[in-house]
Amino acid sequence: MSQQQMQMNDAELNLADEKIKLEVNDLRLYYGDSLALKNINLQIPEKRVTAFIGPSGCGKSTLLRCFNRMNDLVDICRIEGKILMDGQNIYDKNVDVAELRRQVGMVFQKPNPFPKTIYENVAYGLRLQGVKDRRVLDEVVETSLKGAALWNEVKDRLHDNAFGLSGGQQQRLVIARAIAIEPEVLLLDEPASALDPISTLKIEELIYELKDKYTIVIVTHNMQQAARVSDYTAFMYMGDLIEFDATNKMFTNPSQQQTEDYITGRFG
Amino acid sequence: MRAWFKTGTPWIWLNAGAIALCLVMVIGVLSLIAVQGGSHFWPADLQTVQLKKAEGEPQTLLAELVRTEEVSAVVLRESGLTLDSKAEYLQRHLLKVGNRDIYGRDFAWYLADDLSGWTVDNNATVIERREWGNFYGFPQQLLEADKVVAEGAAVWPELVKRIARANAIFEQISDIEKGDIGRINKGLEQLRLNERRLEIDGADKAAIEAYRAQSAADRAALDAEYAELQKQLEQLYAEAKRDTLVATSAEGKELKISLGNIVHAHQPNAMSLLDKSVHYVGAVWSFLTEDPREANTEGGIFPAIFGTITMVILMSIIVTPFGVLAAIYLREYAKDGPLLRIIRISVYNLAGVPSIVYGVFGLGFFVYILGGNIDQLFYAESLPSPTFGTPGLFWASLTLALLTLPVVIVSTEEGLSRIPSTIRMGSLALGATKSETLWKVVVPLATPAMMTGLILSIARAAGEVAPLMLVGVVKLAPTLPVDGNFPFVHLDQKIMHLGFHVYDVGFQSPNVEASRPLLYATALVLVLLIVVLNMAAIHLRNKLREKYRSESD
Repeated sequence: MSQQQMQMNDAELNLADEKIKLEVNDLRLYYGDSLALKNINLQIPEKRVTAFIGPSGCGKSTLLRCFNRMNDLVDICRIEGKILMDGQNIYDKNVDVAELRRQVGMVFQKPNPFPKTIYENVAYGLRLQGVKDRRVLDEVVETSLKGAALWNEVKDRLHDNAFGLSGGQQQRLVIARAIAIEPEVLLLDEPASALDPISTLKIEELIYELKDKYTIVIVTHNMQQAARVSDYTAFMYMGDLIEFDATNKMFTNPSQQQTEDYITGRFG
Repeated sequence: MRAWFKTGTPWIWLNAGAIALCLVMVIGVLSLIAVQGGSHFWPADLQTVQLKKAEGEPQTLLAELVRTEEVSAVVLRESGLTLDSKAEYLQRHLLKVGNRDIYGRDFAWYLADDLSGWTVDNNATVIERREWGNFYGFPQQLLEADKVVAEGAAVWPELVKRIARANAIFEQISDIEKGDIGRINKGLEQLRLNERRLEIDGADKAAIEAYRAQSAADRAALDAEYAELQKQLEQLYAEAKRDTLVATSAEGKELKISLGNIVHAHQPNAMSLLDKSVHYVGAVWSFLTEDPREANTEGGIFPAIFGTITMVILMSIIVTPFGVLAAIYLREYAKDGPLLRIIRISVYNLAGVPSIVYGVFGLGFFVYILGGNIDQLFYAESLPSPTFGTPGLFWASLTLALLTLPVVIVSTEEGLSRIPSTIRMGSLALGATKSETLWKVVVPLATPAMMTGLILSIARAAGEVAPLMLVGVVKLAPTLPVDGNFPFVHLDQKIMHLGFHVYDVGFQSPNVEASRPLLYATALVLVLLIVVLNMAAIHLRNKLREKYRSESD
């Protein structure tokens, strides 16, 4: 790992050693007539944490939502270009969006558990796929909750309403819910911004553990968080991808002036 | 002063005042109908009083004092009375004298000056009869088939016993008439209809003859059963009428009353407070559980309560799925645009259409067109007498469902729009389709709002009268819409309804004074019924809310 990062510190970003999970090619996104994402080109390596940073309204969340086609829900949103996942364009006509979303899980800024029990929240995705076997469900619920580092806190009250959990627990529950259906990619949209510092820390630890199994893309406002949890960082500004590089390099020696200004807090 | 206005205190007072006024009005209405309706069942004392007459001997009256009021002497003189007194205002009493068969009326106004010598006699008896209203008088003898079995003081205990016996027999009679005879009539009617159906279907003569021969045996069996029951009934009637009470009215006129004609008897003047309370509870109970008598001015209101509940339940069953599905389509699937806006405005405006218009629509469309066609298609054998082509329970419920549809649609839409989009997103992000998200997450969350819509529509429907007069509610329905004969719920039957009962008793009653307390009592029952229905629905909603508690609430 350290050796890898040493390599990254070279001037040009070299992803030759990484397997590329997601590849964004000439992506343009319009909201009505306004161009929200301008010609984005980006490669996201597998089983690494990639962070998107940038000031509010720069399009980082919009870009994140392109990966599981959540933008489809916005009527006025129009997309040009390609996003390849394992070489397959996810915007192809014959892609099943529901299937795509099963492979690309997402966690939102505000914890959004369903008004069901903890157990049913985690089992929801499986039930959608028609899994009815109680033993399978029990097992997946347990491993998912363990995977989200929540098991010990809730194992005695699996059948209580999920709204009884604290905000941080709810967010980890939502992560458990997302990993229960074993996605390949996990999109995190400012997952800790609504949480207190201790819960934030737990989420960050969790992200660190999850990256062994999942390709993680995280949007964050918090520069320290990006520096702590991510391997790669993309800086976006006004719908442009300004710079994409290994995190260490980005935070120590950014190649763009704008990036440096933002990271050092001169604007944004 | 300005400073005081700026503090906002006047607003608080204004708001509190508005609330207080609302409360006073609500409590006022409720206590008025509660007092007026509730006091009717309390056994009032019977007063013996001498009425001074213009010529001849004074007349003795035995009566309940209903109320007293002051009238201007001028008005009385103008109505043709000659008054001795010089006073400007005179008191007059409304007395319930009963004995309609003797006096021709059971309520009468008398000037207070003409009445004197008020006394209370412990032997004064109230006898509630099936015909001619109450009898007020003094029991003298009890006859069993013209033989005297009790006389004087022994009459009363014996009378109570024998009335109970006669009533038990009447219960048997009513069971036979409503149960067995109803079933036999239905069987006979069915045989006739089957035969008619064969004729309509164009079966040849031989087939019809064959069916006739085949059904003749069934018919004979039913006829025989009917004759048997008829004999049994005659016997029971004779049994019920075995005893006769000889009683005298206040002025000494002797009257024979068959015990078969007596519902209940009591001696209010001799009753203790406890006796009166027991009588009160019994009277309220029989008001709630018995059929009406004497053109709805006596007896109970059970068929009306039953009809109202049945209709409201049926309406809920119809309106909920329709309203919910329509709202889901409008909110979740329909594309925003002028058409959707027009539809939505139309739905909202439907809520403001006067209810009688729905009644006219129900009659014109549901009853005549829809019902008429149903009759043509499925009940041709019973034509020309209509089955569904006439006002009835189903059409009443359907009309009310239409009337309350906007309420359900609007509140369901509100409920759906309140579900946070993050929850939908969460479900979609897990690979759920739109409809899976809708049915597994969004709709369950919106159920409390749907219940709110249902609660509002129940309250509206249970109190509605105007459209029902056109589409299925009648003054007196001979049978309940639910009974033991297949198919158990008779959607084509006409029903009685509390709201209409109030209207009927209030405006169409032949006996205004007798029906006045019943009017209040019925109104009270209607209000309580709506309260109970609403409480049940609210309880259900709160349970659902607890189940789907979320930060959005």
